[in-house]
Amino acid sequence: MTRRGRTGLWAALAAPGTLWILALFAVPFYAVAAVAFGYTDPVFNSPVPEWDPRYWDFTAFGEILSRSISGDLRPVFLRTLLYVLLALAICVLVGYPVAYYLARHAGRRRGLLLALILAPWWVNYITRMLAWLNLLQDDGYVNDLLLLTRLVEEPVQWLSGRPVTVVLALVYGYIPFFIVPLFSSLDRIDERLLEAARDLGCSGRRAFWHVTLPLSRSGLMTAGAITALPMFGDYYTNTLVSGSPKTTMVANQIELYLLGGNRKEIGASLVLLMSALLMVLMAYYLVASRRAEEATA
Amino acid sequence: MRRRPIFLATLTWAYVVWSLVPVLVAIQFSFNDGKSRSAWQGFSTQWYVGGSGSVAEDPSLRLALTNTLILAVLTTLIATPLGVAMALGLSRWKGRTSRAANGLMLLPLATPEIVMGSALYLVFTNLYLFVPLGLPAQVLGHVTFSVSYVVVIVRSRLASIGSDYEDAARDLGCNRLQALRLILLPLLSPAIFAGAMIVFASSMDDFVISAFLSPDASTATVPIKLYTAVRNAPTPALNALATLLLAASALALILAWLVLRRRTGTKALEQMASF
Repeated sequence: MTRRGRTGLWAALAAPGTLWILALFAVPFYAVAAVAFGYTDPVFNSPVPEWDPRYWDFTAFGEILSRSISGDLRPVFLRTLLYVLLALAICVLVGYPVAYYLARHAGRRRGLLLALILAPWWVNYITRMLAWLNLLQDDGYVNDLLLLTRLVEEPVQWLSGRPVTVVLALVYGYIPFFIVPLFSSLDRIDERLLEAARDLGCSGRRAFWHVTLPLSRSGLMTAGAITALPMFGDYYTNTLVSGSPKTTMVANQIELYLLGGNRKEIGASLVLLMSALLMVLMAYYLVASRRAEEATA
Repeated sequence: MRRRPIFLATLTWAYVVWSLVPVLVAIQFSFNDGKSRSAWQGFSTQWYVGGSGSVAEDPSLRLALTNTLILAVLTTLIATPLGVAMALGLSRWKGRTSRAANGLMLLPLATPEIVMGSALYLVFTNLYLFVPLGLPAQVLGHVTFSVSYVVVIVRSRLASIGSDYEDAARDLGCNRLQALRLILLPLLSPAIFAGAMIVFASSMDDFVISAFLSPDASTATVPIKLYTAVRNAPTPALNALATLLLAASALALILAWLVLRRRTGTKALEQMASF
């Protein structure tokens, strides 16, 4: 068989999926640009996409840029960044010890514990938020508990636009996605390296700082990227547990402009701006997952 | 002798409790014998069947459930063969185009859902006008984010199978297509099944893509219904609906785990964790 004939079969097998992703991932992304850089129909006052890059009009995008740098969207961007960073910090503080324990010390209970830690991954996200909505009602279990232990004098109104509720809800929502990849990277660390460190006189604590932590750095970064990307794009958590404009995040604005009104070019411009800002994280994630796949192969 | 890490153990089990108990409480209230979602009034199944406003009686809840199942079945039926073929092709086909296709395949995994949802919404309302919003657009959207899962799962199994069996079949006179059909596909079948189940579960659980591509209440899926209903007079029927969704995706994943375990032993969970 000729060389061309040999690659032919494999190329033919890969083609439908590749075309599918081109048509329904790459082209839609171009459509975002076409809408963002389109013009407004003067008669219907509705946005018209412009498919030809030579005629792109950057007015809407410029408006978004200036509003984000010095206008009303600036606090929204800063707030989003702050919430995500806080949520990530809590993920590290809680998630690292849990992943570490699971990889190193779980012993006989390892299978059970792993199943329990994987379980929330497969409970619908909205359901998990709904569960907290029940608990955080003014007369819900959380307030009952706080009143019972006399930690507060009267019920806390958790669901009326409190930033702390939004951050904790983000943590609750995404921490499983943080723990699991971190666990697989901690699990891959060769136990003999730690034994060697101990034989050479390291205390357990020093072995952790000088061996385990540096070796898990890339796992930590990957876990962070996997968690931060959906957090930056999250709007539903905020709507469910707060719903107040005081806690609005960037994705809430995108949803508002795209699905709510007729200024879709503004929404599309926001999508472009957010994608551009997240590009670094996405690129890191792609490179890391590529490396992980090659490592297991 | 190593000290037992009491602090770590306590923290880990506390985390497990914190992550699961709220969901268990929500399931508990789906069996409440009363309208409250925060005060327990005794056990009943009235919010599943029988009672007015139960999942079985309320047409909008029933509709959400059937919409979700139809969407998940169609997505699985399209995404699985597409992903398997792509995994086979990409793992054997070397070259510059193949590398580009590889990178393209991984992109949907890294893209935040809101970006993908917005992009799909804009393309269906501006360019692919022949695809109406609702079920058709939702199926196309779900397949797009699912194909990559199947590719990743099948390809990791392909790598562990290696090419020895295939070469042996070729030496014994099979042509490439026969070797594929008679040797490779049967060896891959557990991974293909696991991939299909994971696609099924993630389609049922998806909220963002479904919501962006749903024009009105008639195409609401269960997650959309939960999201919108929670703000106007929720009853335990909502918890019942969420519980049914949970049961369905748990079933799909337990099946995937069982099939993977038969082939790979106790490592199945670790393997599922790495997806």
